[in-house]
Amino acid sequence: MANLVSSIQFADPYFSVLLLLIIAVGMSVGFVFLSQALGPRKYDRIKYSVYECGVDPFTSASVRVSVKFYLVALLFLLFDLETAFLYPWAVLFRDLGLFGFIEMTIFVGILLVGLVYAWKKGALDWQ
Amino acid sequence: MSGLFDLVVSVARVAVMLAFTLSLVPIFVWAERKGAAYIQDRRGPNRARILGLTLGGLFHPLADALKLLFKEDFIPDGAHRLFYQMAPMFALAPALMTFAVIPFGPPVEIAGRVVALQVADLNVGILYIFAISGMSVYGVILAGWASNSKYPLLGGLRASAQMISYEVALGLSIIGLVMVFRSVRLSEIVASQGTLLWGIVPKWGVFVQPLGFLLFLVAVFAEANRTPFDLPEGESEIVAGFHTEYGSFKFSIFFMAEYIHMVVGAALIATLFFGGWQVPYLADSGFLLPGGLALGLPGALVFFLRIGAFVGKVFFFAWLFIWVRWTIPRFRYDQVMRLGWKVLLPLSLANIFVTGLVLLLIDGGA
Amino acid sequence: MEPILFIVFGAIAVGGAIMVVTRRHPMSSALFLILTLFAVAALFVLRQAHFLAAIQVIVYAGAVVVLFIFVIMLINVPENKLPLERLTGFRFLGIMVAGLFILEAALVARRFATPGTPTADSGSVEAVGRALFTDYLLAFEVTSVLLLAAVIGAIALAKKRI
Repeated sequence: MANLVSSIQFADPYFSVLLLLIIAVGMSVGFVFLSQALGPRKYDRIKYSVYECGVDPFTSASVRVSVKFYLVALLFLLFDLETAFLYPWAVLFRDLGLFGFIEMTIFVGILLVGLVYAWKKGALDWQ
Repeated sequence: MSGLFDLVVSVARVAVMLAFTLSLVPIFVWAERKGAAYIQDRRGPNRARILGLTLGGLFHPLADALKLLFKEDFIPDGAHRLFYQMAPMFALAPALMTFAVIPFGPPVEIAGRVVALQVADLNVGILYIFAISGMSVYGVILAGWASNSKYPLLGGLRASAQMISYEVALGLSIIGLVMVFRSVRLSEIVASQGTLLWGIVPKWGVFVQPLGFLLFLVAVFAEANRTPFDLPEGESEIVAGFHTEYGSFKFSIFFMAEYIHMVVGAALIATLFFGGWQVPYLADSGFLLPGGLALGLPGALVFFLRIGAFVGKVFFFAWLFIWVRWTIPRFRYDQVMRLGWKVLLPLSLANIFVTGLVLLLIDGGA
Repeated sequence: MEPILFIVFGAIAVGGAIMVVTRRHPMSSALFLILTLFAVAALFVLRQAHFLAAIQVIVYAGAVVVLFIFVIMLINVPENKLPLERLTGFRFLGIMVAGLFILEAALVARRFATPGTPTADSGSVEAVGRALFTDYLLAFEVTSVLLLAAVIGAIALAKKRI
């Protein structure tokens, strides 16, 4: 056991992240349970019904969502990936020089075609 | 022995960071209410008192938290119970973790060891912040969906679509900054900002990347769901958005998460674009003004000046969030999405392109 | 300590993955998928692949699962109408193939893999970037074409409704 503890690298910054993760998750779970433990609870059908400005709900909440949200999520995924590639490039930019600049211009240029296509097709318009 | 030292340092840094962010939450809740009151020519909270002291209403957030803690904790009929309980956890945990890589002071020497004043000086730096803050979108989606009610569902959808749209702009807006400072490690970015540009202007992010700063500022406001981007809880249309069906302390968890996001956003603006803990012209030995004037200062004073500078900058930018909220009206949803995709995204790509060209010219000439 | 953490996060990843395919409600599956992806990111950190770990969380746990959840909400099947999945012949066959694959992977790993200790900066942003923009340049550029195809495909599918 002593051996095990001494083998942990406390100086590693990722150890601090792990420590913080445990505390943060513990606090979040703890607060929710605390809230449940401390508050009173009296059941009442009206009180426990869904909010609808004081009247009975007149439509169900299980509506189907517009496909537009799906398109936004997909475009987000695309540009998130692009950003992920851009970071190492940005760090190395001054070492790569003109060569790196042209590389990335081609990469971003191809992805821009996708954005322009989405734009022209109206996937970015919301009414 | 050195292992024990490292463990103590690690625990202490986590404790200081959490204490700092969590204690700022009630302070800014108070600042928001009081600031709103003065902007609207009211007095604001001034009643709650302990031993006759009101401190300008500073006890109100405390009283609110206690009250909410003892309120009925209910789960509406028809909600997805487990997911409903999990949503506040998904909102709070990432909020608590994002501050970890932000340095709140210069490295100090304790017992012959150099200790960095940040929870974790990760080599992925900024990417860590994006990774963790990206998780908070699940809190919003889950809360909206699990309530099984239409206003939360609409609010959750709007909020999540808005958050992911601006996450793209947020990520792209600081690529230019990374190109200039050649690092994603926040401690290195802050250290680079201690030098001077042309011998007079501090090399702060805002001076080398003015457009990047504006784009980042807008994206941070949208990410934190603050006015003018507080559509997710636009009370005039969808009651209170994704947390309509939440009450008691679970509601205040969402509230806490929002204010922590605000604090982290302010700290990020300060760190990336305003030198973090750097004070202009202040070196380790004291002030060195461009004209050749020098003013020697003891090391301890320099240290506290720097920490004070960081805290002051965080307070200023957090106040900016509040100020903007009570000054600018809310956008319409189509305007928000248009701004994110059709303005911020192309502009941030253009910013990267121009930064690249300028850097090529500088490097080619030198 | 590292082997123990590796086993812990490995177990979380595998356990989460099993939950992803066995949960009845798709939302539970999606949340377990986040857990699995996080555990895999932790495994990357243990192998010093820090940049890869960050990207794993940003892209997979942060973006891909959001896409899944939007699809789940898009279809929004009420809880009492969710299909009950049974162990059919095909699924049984699938489990068999998965078992065979695990066996094969284990054999390959035993035969070829030499778990060397990666150096501290072999997975840093700089190191990955250097490899990406020199040795793997073509693969990097082709990726953009792949992503472009994905966008155009999705818009073409949804076109009628926007």
